[in-house]
Amino acid sequence: MKRKYLAKDKLYALKKDFPSEMDFDDTLEKPTLIILKQQVFVEIMHTLKIRYKFDMLSNITAVDYDDHFEVVYDLANRTNNEELMVKIALAKTDPNIPTLTKLWPEADFQEREQYDLMGINFLGHPNLQRILLPDDFIGHPLQKSYKQVEKGGISEK
Amino acid sequence: MEIVDLVPEVLKNNVMITTIDGLFKWARSNSLWPLTSGLSCCAIEMMCAAAARFDLARFGYEVFRPSPRQADLFIVAGTLTWKMAPPLKRLYEQMPEPKYVIAMGSCANAGGPFADAYSVVPGIDKIIPVDVFIPGCPPRPEALIYGMLQLKEKIRHPEIVQRTAK
Ligand code: SF4
Repeated sequence: MKRKYLAKDKLYALKKDFPSEMDFDDTLEKPTLIILKQQVFVEIMHTLKIRYKFDMLSNITAVDYDDHFEVVYDLANRTNNEELMVKIALAKTDPNIPTLTKLWPEADFQEREQYDLMGINFLGHPNLQRILLPDDFIGHPLQKSYKQVEKGGISEK
Repeated sequence: MEIVDLVPEVLKNNVMITTIDGLFKWARSNSLWPLTSGLSCCAIEMMCAAAARFDLARFGYEVFRPSPRQADLFIVAGTLTWKMAPPLKRLYEQMPEPKYVIAMGSCANAGGPFADAYSVVPGIDKIIPVDVFIPGCPPRPEALIYGMLQLKEKIRHPEIVQRTAK
């Protein structure tokens, strides 16, 4: 069965609980849930998992904007075939966000990938190491400010 | 007296005289055992070269070995990343001497389309010594076979390589 985006009335219901902490653009057909306050990030994600039955975290990615980082989560509900995109902005100077590995174990490798390539720090992650690049790589290559240190980012051996 | 003169007249047409070195070169160059190893798209062409249409077996090179300890030819077919470089070097070191390396495709030659990427080794000769470079993205199976025949020449006549290197 084809997945459909989470219905807007459910988003309105969620906004009742978190009136100032989250937002979405209801003129859009498939509005992204934007989390405005980091303190409630885990709480909102927990609510989505328990009350809205989003039992799968299918994707984590990150974007490097001029003045902030944005982490993007794609959630899926495999019982009702619903999906939802959640975004949260992080300051360039402080790219820290709590890990979701306790809610969704599948977040493990995906958070490591975002740490490796984008330098997002997932606080509380059980094993936050590089996953795609060699352990001695210098820098986070998907950041726009990244400059190759040497060929391959690796010092001559 | 030449050693040839020791051969009895009746055997002259049936016996060939050579050196041990020459015999080894002849044997080695006619039966290279490549390591079953592919890194990316070029490996598909390598598999094609070994399959029925191009039939590498015609040249005696079809015995792809799953273990580096049984192989004497390393065809590096594909893109080498810095992450993969240490395992690749270890595989090379596990192969017994004498051993030969073919860099197949632009990626293995010089990084190919990813030459400036942060994650790709710009040419496997940064990691291990290479005997034959085959250009192309990917090289056709005929090109791989031609490269292997060039390697055969190199094994039989190492002096031709030394001469051009000067
Ligand atoms: S040279 Fe071309 S075909 Fe070969 S591995 Fe590189 S990109 Fe793929």
